[in-house]
Amino acid sequence: MLPNFTYERAGSVDEAVEHSASEGAVLHAGGTDLLGCLRDGVFTAEKVVSLSGLEELKGIQATRDGGLRIGALTTLTEIASDATIAERYTALSQAAAAAASPQLRNQGTIGGNICQRPRCWYYRGDFHCLRKGGDTCYAIVGENHFHCIFGGSGCYIVHPSDTAPALQALGASVRIASRSGTRTVSLDDFFVLPADDIRQENILEPGELVTEVVLPPLRTGTRSVYRKVRDRGAWDFALAGLAAVVLMDGDRVQEASLVLAGVAPKPWRAADAEEALAGGSLDDATIARVAEAAVSGAQPLEHNGYKVQLVRGLMEETLRGLEA
Amino acid sequence: MGKKTDKPGSKSGLSRRNFIGTVGAGALGAAMVGPGTATAKETQAQTDGHLVASLNVNGRRLRVPIEARHTLLEVLRDKVELTGTKEGCGRGECGACTVLVDGVPKYSCMTLAIEAEGADITTVEGVMNGEELGQVQEAFVEEDAFQCGYCTPGQVMAVEGLLMQNPNPSIAEIQESMSGNLCRCGAYDHIFKAVRRAAELKAAGG
Repeated sequence: MLPNFTYERAGSVDEAVEHSASEGAVLHAGGTDLLGCLRDGVFTAEKVVSLSGLEELKGIQATRDGGLRIGALTTLTEIASDATIAERYTALSQAAAAAASPQLRNQGTIGGNICQRPRCWYYRGDFHCLRKGGDTCYAIVGENHFHCIFGGSGCYIVHPSDTAPALQALGASVRIASRSGTRTVSLDDFFVLPADDIRQENILEPGELVTEVVLPPLRTGTRSVYRKVRDRGAWDFALAGLAAVVLMDGDRVQEASLVLAGVAPKPWRAADAEEALAGGSLDDATIARVAEAAVSGAQPLEHNGYKVQLVRGLMEETLRGLEA
Repeated sequence: MGKKTDKPGSKSGLSRRNFIGTVGAGALGAAMVGPGTATAKETQAQTDGHLVASLNVNGRRLRVPIEARHTLLEVLRDKVELTGTKEGCGRGECGACTVLVDGVPKYSCMTLAIEAEGADITTVEGVMNGEELGQVQEAFVEEDAFQCGYCTPGQVMAVEGLLMQNPNPSIAEIQESMSGNLCRCGAYDHIFKAVRRAAELKAAGG
């Protein structure tokens, strides 16, 4: 049985901010990560603040500048089945459809998906690791098959989300509500590496919550895709994933945004690969160069070296697929 | 299968287990108070710091004394005594606990009962036809779509949800929609055939 907690159903965003600012308060959106964390004792909750009554945080609407606004409580199923998102922000549609399982997509929200806690089995297990306030990372010399090849430092988790890389590649931002008002933060600046803060994966402080995700308008001719590689055909986290957003000018790549899932403690922008791709065409030689650039600087651990070749192949296949 | 009773069957949300106890004696357990009736027990439960959740289960409105930390699965099985829904993993990974919440399949082990207030909850008991099997269940029997049967209620509910959304799914669509329900006995092939058969039965109105 879950440990005991008091339960508050917020009647407004302001109420949610107030309630969640207190010590030991946690936010409940879909609850699908929260309940797992509480059950595994990853953290404790004195108070659960439910957002589920906040209708203003649900739904998908066009913004005045031709972009899209998605309420943080919009479920992954709602996003995966939205025709506008499928057509214009394809990478997000595909990422949402590839996450978890049908039941979890029906309940899990986009806000919860980008804020979800890591799946590292030491973190989720009975190990008092660095991220939980202990003094050891068990993965460094342990079973690190599913840990990171980029961005690790002290802690070697991967960020588990599929939608976060897609959103970042599409240039999305999040709106964050707090006691001091609302602010907008680009996904590029939302996530945190262990070197900067080993205790949290994003910049949210107690008393802050994501209220919506905002997608900018994309220029005509922009194409995007999300490709997820996993052990199983469905219902599994990514061994590696790639969100690719490409704007073509004839047969030349005018602009490219390449963000990887499953390889780093945050969605990993393959900046060198983006640079190698910009201005080039999608021919075999360029693609090979881009794939090589994507893994430059990779620092595999004892058991996750396969991810290096996996990222190369993922980059090559995805880009070739875009050319078609 | 079985004789018809003159009281509404499982669709009412009453389980077979407490059926005998309720008929004649006229007594309802504290878990099954009708809307608007406050018993002394219920009032005491509220002052204990517990909540009283208003849950609609299989078409029946219930007021159930719970704690906020109780999952929908725990409440359905332990308080409402509808034990058809199973706990396979308790971690939101296997699908054995699948119920419909407003027609949408969800893992009841990953849902706080208090969060399901106001929604229409359907369990496997609720897809019976009185004491007869519903069409999806019938199809599972016809296609031999279970061995131990433990994952089966969850599979059935996932199918019910699928066919409400997509009455004529392809095998690929079936595989995708059923990917959240694991079967350790490996009855998958038969399960997919059962979904096609259930679609036929529903289309034929049988």
